[in-house]
Amino acid sequence: MSATGVGASVRRMEDFRFITGRGRYTDDIARPGQACAAFVRSPHAHATIDRIETGAAAAMPGVCAVLTGADLAADKLGPLICGWMIHSKDGSPMKMAAHPALALGRVYHAGDPVAVVIADSYAQAHEAAEKVEVTYGELPAVVDPAEAQSTNAPQLHEVAPRNTIFEWHLGDAQATDAALKSAKHVTRLELRNNRLAPNAIEPRAAVAEFDAGNDAFTLWYTTQNPHLARLVLSAFIGIAPEHKLRVIAPDVGGAFGSKIFIYPEEVVCLWAARKTGRPVKWVAERSEAFLSDAHGRDHVTRAEMGLDANGKIVGLRVKTIANLGAYMSTFSSSVPTYLYGTLLSGQYDIPAIYCEVDAVYTNTAPVDAYRGAGRPEATYVVERLMEVSAREMGLDPAELRRRNFIKTFPHQTPVIMAYDCGDYPASLERALELAGYNSLNERKQEAARRGRLRGLGLSTYIEACGIAPSQAVGSLGAGVGLWESAEVRVNPTGTVEVLTGSHSHGQGHETTFAQLVSERLGIPIESIAIVHGDTDKVQFGMGTYGSRSAAVGMSAIAKALDKVEAKAKKVAAHMLEAAEADIVFEDGRFTVAGTDKSAAFGEVALNAYIAHKFSGAHLEPGLKEGSFYDPTNFTFPAGCHVCEVEVDPETGETDIVGWTAVDDFGVIINPMIVEGQVHGGIVQGIGQALMEHVVYDAQGQLVTGSLTDYALPRAEDLPPLIVDTTVTPCPSNPLGIKGCGEAGAIAAPAAVMNAITDAIGTEDLAMPATPQAVWAALARTGRREAA
Amino acid sequence: MYNFIYHRAAGLRQAQHMLGEFDDAKLIAGGQSLLPMMKLRLAAPANLVDLGKIAGLSDIEPDVRSISIGAMATHFEVHNSAVVQEALPALAELAGMIGEPAVRHRGTLGGSIAHNDPTADYPAACLALGATIITTERRIPADAFFTGLFETALMPDEIITAVSFPLAEKAAYQKFRNPASRYAMVGVFVAKHASDVRVAITGAGASGVFRVPAFEEALQGRFSPEALEGLTVSADGLTGDLHASAPYRAHLIGVLARRAVAAANERNDRSDEL
Repeated sequence: MSATGVGASVRRMEDFRFITGRGRYTDDIARPGQACAAFVRSPHAHATIDRIETGAAAAMPGVCAVLTGADLAADKLGPLICGWMIHSKDGSPMKMAAHPALALGRVYHAGDPVAVVIADSYAQAHEAAEKVEVTYGELPAVVDPAEAQSTNAPQLHEVAPRNTIFEWHLGDAQATDAALKSAKHVTRLELRNNRLAPNAIEPRAAVAEFDAGNDAFTLWYTTQNPHLARLVLSAFIGIAPEHKLRVIAPDVGGAFGSKIFIYPEEVVCLWAARKTGRPVKWVAERSEAFLSDAHGRDHVTRAEMGLDANGKIVGLRVKTIANLGAYMSTFSSSVPTYLYGTLLSGQYDIPAIYCEVDAVYTNTAPVDAYRGAGRPEATYVVERLMEVSAREMGLDPAELRRRNFIKTFPHQTPVIMAYDCGDYPASLERALELAGYNSLNERKQEAARRGRLRGLGLSTYIEACGIAPSQAVGSLGAGVGLWESAEVRVNPTGTVEVLTGSHSHGQGHETTFAQLVSERLGIPIESIAIVHGDTDKVQFGMGTYGSRSAAVGMSAIAKALDKVEAKAKKVAAHMLEAAEADIVFEDGRFTVAGTDKSAAFGEVALNAYIAHKFSGAHLEPGLKEGSFYDPTNFTFPAGCHVCEVEVDPETGETDIVGWTAVDDFGVIINPMIVEGQVHGGIVQGIGQALMEHVVYDAQGQLVTGSLTDYALPRAEDLPPLIVDTTVTPCPSNPLGIKGCGEAGAIAAPAAVMNAITDAIGTEDLAMPATPQAVWAALARTGRREAA
Repeated sequence: MYNFIYHRAAGLRQAQHMLGEFDDAKLIAGGQSLLPMMKLRLAAPANLVDLGKIAGLSDIEPDVRSISIGAMATHFEVHNSAVVQEALPALAELAGMIGEPAVRHRGTLGGSIAHNDPTADYPAACLALGATIITTERRIPADAFFTGLFETALMPDEIITAVSFPLAEKAAYQKFRNPASRYAMVGVFVAKHASDVRVAITGAGASGVFRVPAFEEALQGRFSPEALEGLTVSADGLTGDLHASAPYRAHLIGVLARRAVAAANERNDRSDEL
């Protein structure tokens, strides 16, 4: 292993610019003549728009345009769309309601954009936005997914009776019913997976420019997938043909999924740039982000798991209502279905599974993928059931898992997925050892002497990443294939640019991708540039989400590198006057086998371009190769997280006192970056379990509209994290990589809740387990008074 | 944020004059409450009068039975003052629990109590220690100063210059943070003086900081956590919100009061041993 090759903890190349304030984010883009946009947003969760009076706003200083939904409709721009078709049990297609970028006639959630003001400065745009007079006719709202389908609930979109978007199912209902009937023991749980706000440090932003001379647009914006955005903005919304629309994602400061989607604001900025003839910039305020970024999770679930007398699972039945909010966001339909139901087998050999998911509209912000997307919800269901089953049956939770682990691969689950490899006992046993599982009782007793309740929770999670084989997702309703592209451009001096369709917004691709290239070509990592995030540079790509960039994006780079090596060998053969078959490439040198004749990679690159040694008739000059890589399967990262907590029975406060994570991510490129990804994921998972919660009141007003009410974890809330890995190389891609970006967020919530419920002796506790919630749960048991 | 005109006062008199002269003028000290409200467009003063450059407003001076702390002393300065740490360690600790480092370097004692946020920490210390608020006009006992939610006894042109904190025999502050804002969801300051015991609660009262006479009486008999056993605060008149219902806050007041008394006793035991 070289100091900068695969497996080395190379310091992140991109961090110099980030930590010295030299990053270039969307808000750092300033175009000549640029104007600013401020959105007028609905203060009501559900209302008719009876009248919009824009005259006073238009007369304010600096204002160049005030535009409404009617203007947008007049210009015939298409609505925003959801790109994944889901069919209901009865075969009917999902009920996708129109989602205009500016509301037309009716608003469906607090924060729904109604009009936009374009002005010379932000201050002017905001002041004028307050002068837009909108007359609303208030309607009753529904916010709770459990109430949305009631016949008494207010109706949102006409196209979706009972606010129901689809009633989907997966698995074998009859076999599962029979299995549960035959079970010796059935564990039943009702769970809520709390709604979360993504909260990337950089809020969403866009700068749109129209070049009238070329009839072409440029959009700088906070996106995880510039090509997908261009495709949707072009083909569905009708901004401009793809070759007349350049989308650039400059540095992007975090996303967690929330910047995958195509939102109203970028559509409006593009449209307004053409209408006003001025570049238009919009940057969300944090309070706007809370109102308008797609949220995550928000499931209500009833789950039943049957076990035989030996603790072997015989069947699992799950019924979930998923809240998709006011409109269907870009990938919203896939999250509670194919990213959720397909993972309900967990790490376990379960013969029968049946899952039903109803997706509903409510008067809340749209819900879509957020770190983990469906898989944290699935893991929460399965891992809470495992822990509770063990407790109810008087079995050690670790032992119950051992009895049910899948041990032979490949393994076909009853819910589509075919697991390719893994070693679940290995990660469990390693985690138990690191966490001191055997001495837990002593720690519990010691804590009890201090008046504290100590508990431990396991979460042996699995996820499906590396999305995904295009054929597979196509058969499941995806509107796109989920391959990835790469292009390796070798310059005459031997430096290399790698163009990737993946996008880095915190993951460190500029380092990890360069490590692969450094190792394969034997060149210094400083000689490599990773280029991403610009549709004019990278031909096409699917972007970064679902822990796919290493497994899919780097596999595309590896394939392109193979082609570069093959071409370079031809050039070297001419240079060294040898047969191509005799050329060996090792450590950055091309050598004629069995001789001391060799040429360095840089010399071969130069010869490829000067082309003096070979005839263009036989070999094309240049050294540049591209590849599209389509994976053969999903990847299946898995592992075991162990959380240990102490609860203060007087206040209900939970301290996480220990955390052990043992993950199997397959082959690891940069252990330091992987560890950072695991840390970040765990912290977000802890946030979900202990404090994060988007709350709307009954009228649909967002109660947690700022960081003074929406609680994010701070450093002081966190324990030292013990992070370790086991490795089973992934057989489904050439590099053996599985992916690591979401694991922590998937594993953590169940581990925390299993630990707290162990400590307080009741399962009657929902996320987030705030001090008040734990105090109330203890009060219901009567145990608090005794403590 | 809306536009406003910024004025820097060179002295107290000029600041008072500016307050009287300019339309809709507001004083700004550290700005840690005012600026966020202005950013959210919840406050929109036309004129801001900055007290930051007035000399002598942040001195911390010990006296025989009290400490005087200038209104412009930052939380960081109070927290790190050797004088405060020595004479009123509970107050130094409280200052160190406010916000985060950036806030503590900007936020001031005077700004905090003039704002009288019901979840702020300093009002509890002022009330429990029996502080006197010294202004450009007069001396106001803490008991008469905090008059309601974001309300104080200050007149329109009156400026706080210092707060005089009597020393206590024993004192401690216990704070239970709101999980999101990290302000006090409940904060309890207990102080044992030669002649009485005072218990002040912040974060919980629907009309701001308040004292708990029943606790004070019990502790006057015996300054120990056991003296509070069985005593409760009614949930009536307490705040209930997303993070804590009124009954939960009432419960926390009892828990934190007992812990504060224990901490105050423990501190004294420690210093007796030294």
